[in-house]
Amino acid sequence: MTVQIPDAKKSWPHTINELTIGATAETGGTRASTVVVGGETTLPFYHFEGSMPNAPVVAMEVWDIPPEDWPEPLQAPFADVMSEPGTWAAACVERHGAQMICLRLKGCDPNGANRSPDEAAAAAKRVADAVGVPLIVWGCGNDDKDNEVFPVVAEAMSGENCLLGTITEDNYKTLTAVGTAYGHKLIAESPVDINMAKQVNILALDVEYPAENLVIYPSTGALGYGIEYVYSIMERLRIAGLKGDKVVAMPMLCDIGVEVWGVKEAKAPEAEVPGWGDVATRGPMWEASTAVVYLLAGADILIMRHPEAVRMTLETIRRLMGGGGTQ
Amino acid sequence: MILIGERINAGFKDIANAIRTKDPTAVEKWAVAQAEAGATYLDVNIGAASRDPADMAWLVETVQKAVPTKISVDSTKIEAIEAGLDAIDGRGVLVNSTTADPGKLEKIIPLAVKHEAMLLGLAMDERGSPQNVERRVENGAMVFMAATEAGIPPERIVLDPILMPIKFMQEQVPNVLEAIEQYTHLSDPPPHISVGLSNIGSKTAERGRIVRTFLVMAMARGLDAAILDVCDEETIAAVATAELMLNQEIYSDSYIRAFRIKAGGSA
Repeated sequence: MTVQIPDAKKSWPHTINELTIGATAETGGTRASTVVVGGETTLPFYHFEGSMPNAPVVAMEVWDIPPEDWPEPLQAPFADVMSEPGTWAAACVERHGAQMICLRLKGCDPNGANRSPDEAAAAAKRVADAVGVPLIVWGCGNDDKDNEVFPVVAEAMSGENCLLGTITEDNYKTLTAVGTAYGHKLIAESPVDINMAKQVNILALDVEYPAENLVIYPSTGALGYGIEYVYSIMERLRIAGLKGDKVVAMPMLCDIGVEVWGVKEAKAPEAEVPGWGDVATRGPMWEASTAVVYLLAGADILIMRHPEAVRMTLETIRRLMGGGGTQ
Repeated sequence: MILIGERINAGFKDIANAIRTKDPTAVEKWAVAQAEAGATYLDVNIGAASRDPADMAWLVETVQKAVPTKISVDSTKIEAIEAGLDAIDGRGVLVNSTTADPGKLEKIIPLAVKHEAMLLGLAMDERGSPQNVERRVENGAMVFMAATEAGIPPERIVLDPILMPIKFMQEQVPNVLEAIEQYTHLSDPPPHISVGLSNIGSKTAERGRIVRTFLVMAMARGLDAAILDVCDEETIAAVATAELMLNQEIYSDSYIRAFRIKAGGSA
């Protein structure tokens, strides 16, 4: 007797927004390439059911000042380039295949080096000059300072169609205005809270920043540190978007490296945690594992740090997109 | 929630006048106002103002020129429905309505099939309006079966259990609520379920409260469509809030604004 397997395919009424980051000479920028994300008509990698026209992309993280607190396994691959953001960015692209660069303006933090907006803009220019891939520029996280820095950085990057972040429920007016004025896309951030994720998007729309230019950043938790909460939020956002909730039908971004390399599972040397294995292998594995979980949750952009984790993640994306073969 | 805007109906004087004089102003005004308020469909009804099916075609064409919203062609007369459907420019359309009367079903269902339309079926039959739950369910099931047999999928069928004025037929309100719930068990996915919402508040002193309270109670039982005054902001806010309670939409502080963005209307 033949058992009839019911056809479980679903047809979703709405498509996730498709968004281009970066601009080549033809579109008024200086990038050698652009990145397109989003455009899904189904859940992640459900190729049997719908279309996922754009593969998720990996951005590698570069700072405007050399990071002092990065653990040794993370410093080692960049030891020769970290002193300068341009050379660091170039190494990420040329040696490790980064598809985007995320410049994090840590140096602007008023509780740290407290660099000026002009210094931040100069760092962004150096990165832009050094690489041809599209750029993400991420603020230092201090709202007041970011609101001073972004107008200057956004103007310096005018025409490059960068992705700037982040806007939050409490701080969105400056960055939405700057994004509109200089033609940049924006990252909408919320603290592991689906309701606030929706709210910040509505606030951006209310100041007439176009929904099509937003990327959702629902916060990120490392493997073992609340990853399942973020996963379920991303899954719910994506399902709502596919069902027709235009306010959440955006591509999603996960900030992997910063979370993973803050947890002991990724960075504690074996001497401190006997039996956990060599940190040089364990750290990148932890980062790649975290990244893959978020790919399955619907992430379109991953910001990562370790070259080996990036390699494993890019290979996983290739295979999930139907590339075949073995690692 | 499928929101069917009730205002382009010759029961209203300005629309009756528009039909008589062929002055499109009032029709255009209500088409735009209801579309901006988030109507999924605009109901178009020539009522008793005209016996000429050409007037239905004129009304449909006038609405189509004003807005891109889908249209509900509403008449008890088959010829008027046919004229309205023939005037549709390819946009989505709802046939409003058939009853469970076999003579009517056999004429209206082929029209819905031909025009790939949604079909609204009233739980009435040749004996008139239902006075209990059983008749409502029986008639609703009759429409559902006939439409399904003709190849119309449940997603394109809308059942209406016949809502009556609370002031005159109070005992019927619980019957309507119970019939709504029973309709949800007809199939998986179930058909859509609608009521003529304004009926319940007819001639009452607390019309708005009565309409909104019934609406929310009925949504809890499975109502997912209504012919209503979409320009009533409080009613639309009640719909948006009830959708949150049913976990059909993600909560946000600005959820009413989100509801309007989703409905395609202005804020």
